[in-house]
Amino acid sequence: MGISGQDLIYACSAIGAGLAMIAGIGPGVGQGYAAGQAAAAVGRNPGARGTITTTMLLGQAVAETTGLYGLVVAIILMFVKPF
Amino acid sequence: MGLLALDSGQADIMIKGLFSYELFGQTFWITTTHIGMLIIDIVIITIALIARHSMKNAQMVPKGLQNVTELITELVDKLVHENMKQPKKFVNYIGTIFIFILLCNLGGLFGLRSPTADFGVTFALGLITFGLIHYNGIKTNKLGHVKGLFEPVPFFFPINLIGEIANPISISLRLFANMLAGTLIMALWYGVMPWLFTKLGIPAFLHAYLDVFSGCIQTYVFCMLTMAYVDEKM
Repeated sequence: MGISGQDLIYACSAIGAGLAMIAGIGPGVGQGYAAGQAAAAVGRNPGARGTITTTMLLGQAVAETTGLYGLVVAIILMFVKPF
Repeated sequence: MGLLALDSGQADIMIKGLFSYELFGQTFWITTTHIGMLIIDIVIITIALIARHSMKNAQMVPKGLQNVTELITELVDKLVHENMKQPKKFVNYIGTIFIFILLCNLGGLFGLRSPTADFGVTFALGLITFGLIHYNGIKTNKLGHVKGLFEPVPFFFPINLIGEIANPISISLRLFANMLAGTLIMALWYGVMPWLFTKLGIPAFLHAYLDVFSGCIQTYVFCMLTMAYVDEKM
């Protein structure tokens, strides 16, 4: 079975897409930390639950961005086939 | 409608061209995004006309549709008044993009391919934010706005410039990638899972998280960041 150059490029693109999704680790840690701190804050001041939840969700959505950059790179490698 | 909706039995997330036309020697495509946006525009206009009709004979004690109209207006008003120094100037724009992005994000729930899962749409929104930031910055601070690029020392100019240019790209990419992730996971679920799992209301949980929850959060984040960026330079 012969493997042409283009096949090799597709295979390497798929591996690269998988590697790009390692970026998902960062937001996972960050969001978990934010949620933990928010839980501690609610424990200290249950009255401010609404404000704390809103702030936490906003911060988590911003922290998610770096992971989403990884996702965009992976999707471009998989579906757009730039090479 | 087969082209507009995500069909069962195939994992397909791509934007499809419906028909093309030639302009200045280049081929342009009318895609599923355009059709989705047109449908959403019609929905928004209908809602606006209904709201206008309900407010025409408004009463001191609201009832029926007047309640809903006042609820939405007060929600947007409160959001802008809490976050900006000159809320009167921006409440219309923020309200517009809030309703538009929210309905675009929820479009995935009704079988449309979310228009915000197309970088063309979100980048246009990001560019409007960029324009607003610098128009209002120059209008308020005159030359002080340009001087802000050279602070704290002139050596920082390239870094500040990159920081300014990254703003619209980062907020548009955030919205786009979130919606694309939702579209992708739903397409994979409908395309790859066995028949039983795509029926019986099982995908409803995924729709609730990926379309409704994520869509609402990202709408809120986009509006909050637009307000924060514009307010920071004023």
